Amino acid sequence: MTESLLEIKGLNKHFGGIVASNDVNLAVTRGRVHAIIGPNGAGKTTLIEQLSGQIRPDSGDIKFAGRSVIGDSIAQRARNGLARSFQITSVVLPMTLLENVMLAVQGNSGHSYRFWSPVKEDSDMKAAAMASLAEVGLDDRAGRIADNLSHGEQRQLEVAMALAMKPRMLLLDEPMAGMGKDEGARMVEILGNLDGMTILLVEHDMDAVFSLADQLSVLVNGHIIATDTVDNIRANDEVQKAYLGDGHA
Amino acid sequence: MNWIPAKTSTRIYLLLLLLLAPAPHFFDWIGQPFYLDLLSRALIIGIAAISLNLILGFGGMVSLGHAAYIGIGAYCVGIPSYYDYYNGWLHLGLALLVSAVFALITGAISLRTRGVYFIMITMAFSQMVYFTFLSLEEYGADDGLVIYSRSEFPEWLSMDSSSALYYWIFAVLLLSLYFTHRLVHSRFGRVIVGARFNEQRMQALGFDTYRYRLVCYVIAAMICSVAGVLLGNFTGFISPDMIGWARSGELIFMIIIGGTATLFGPLLGTIAFVVLEELLSSITVYWHLIFGVMLVALVLYGKGGIHGWLSRFDRDKVEDD
Repeated sequence: MTESLLEIKGLNKHFGGIVASNDVNLAVTRGRVHAIIGPNGAGKTTLIEQLSGQIRPDSGDIKFAGRSVIGDSIAQRARNGLARSFQITSVVLPMTLLENVMLAVQGNSGHSYRFWSPVKEDSDMKAAAMASLAEVGLDDRAGRIADNLSHGEQRQLEVAMALAMKPRMLLLDEPMAGMGKDEGARMVEILGNLDGMTILLVEHDMDAVFSLADQLSVLVNGHIIATDTVDNIRANDEVQKAYLGDGHA
Repeated sequence: MNWIPAKTSTRIYLLLLLLLAPAPHFFDWIGQPFYLDLLSRALIIGIAAISLNLILGFGGMVSLGHAAYIGIGAYCVGIPSYYDYYNGWLHLGLALLVSAVFALITGAISLRTRGVYFIMITMAFSQMVYFTFLSLEEYGADDGLVIYSRSEFPEWLSMDSSSALYYWIFAVLLLSLYFTHRLVHSRFGRVIVGARFNEQRMQALGFDTYRYRLVCYVIAAMICSVAGVLLGNFTGFISPDMIGWARSGELIFMIIIGGTATLFGPLLGTIAFVVLEELLSSITVYWHLIFGVMLVALVLYGKGGIHGWLSRFDRDKVEDD
């Protein structure tokens, strides 16, 4: 049997009367791309935030690499190899691309209680950051201020930062959101090239999901109603009714 | 690399520092020792402002209680002197220690809050210090305490004359500027600045922002306490008045006037503040009113303060600090 890197068991989260996660069970196999689809308000982002530590679940357990991470802070989970990209672009804006990615490298290279040496002259860190930028095709724009990038490029930068953390797993929250057709295709290509990376992908763009994902889970009203291979999900009547509708049949 | 800095604003600042160096001789020469006093005071407050800028400007932690550390530093000169302990190293060591411990405890609590709550809680802690000193009858309470002799150092480090004290102040100023410069560009500085822009993002990158901020808070407090030691020696008199929250407010204004999150901004702001205060108060007793209007105008229209204005002359727009 293949090994799961991430295991979610009986996860529940309520916001007052709203059920965001209702007994969510999910296992993501090492080296696979697992996509989560579901209508707006199904609780996809809430699920990601529980995994990355922004939100504490009411009950249930999250195991990453065999160890429960429920008690870990956001930073601990990140250092442990669970890297997250944000749905709302939230790069550290007023810095250059290189500086942004170097921060991500820095987060993964020991403590930062170093008060004296200039970061700028750290050639190892710079090289690692440039490598991540190259992976998403932004290395030619490394000196630009992140603020001035197009929306699509900022999303690519998000992915570069996540990669620079040398994660064991990527949590991608709608990486294609708000992108044009070309930008979206570029992102699919970038993600498709990340060979062997374990990814949990939350995405609205069905074409992207179908081309990238190995496994697919459908989240409706905070509950996973089906998990299966992409082909089987497409053929599943219940899923069709709940989410995909006629357009994608 | 060229030894002349590329940016016009940086050149102006270095020139300013060069001009400040011979100040005691200059004021002596023109027979105006009073101006040396004014300048010494401005530079001491400048050091305090530089330290506050570390957390307020670069770190985005708006503390309204930073003057407490000036007070702690000054009382670490005053109280030992009261018992005839004049050793300067003792004064300095005590100031650094007490300010670090106090900042560690109060910072650990304050930094769990954000925004207005952080402002209020830092102010509350500084008022605690204020009322503590106010109630210490033994050390003069609200009348303050006279320090009869300056901190004692070895001959070559003596601060006994006003020009020697000036060079002490000037040296500490240079050190705090250089230290800030190194700090801001170090790994630690990157974390602090990054957390100001987007704390959650920094956490998601694996940084325990709370701890880094706390360390930064303690460092700023310790630098400020040295300003307090200098101030105690300079005025030869300490009183709770040094600590009130209004003093902390003034420090914030100085930073805004000069330019937040810039290396030289706080120093420029402090000099401008002290000079304006002096000029206006010699013209009219209602100088606070004029001063207030000027500050409002500056906050409304003078984005970036004096540094922002000067850096318009810089050819390249690379971020300096």
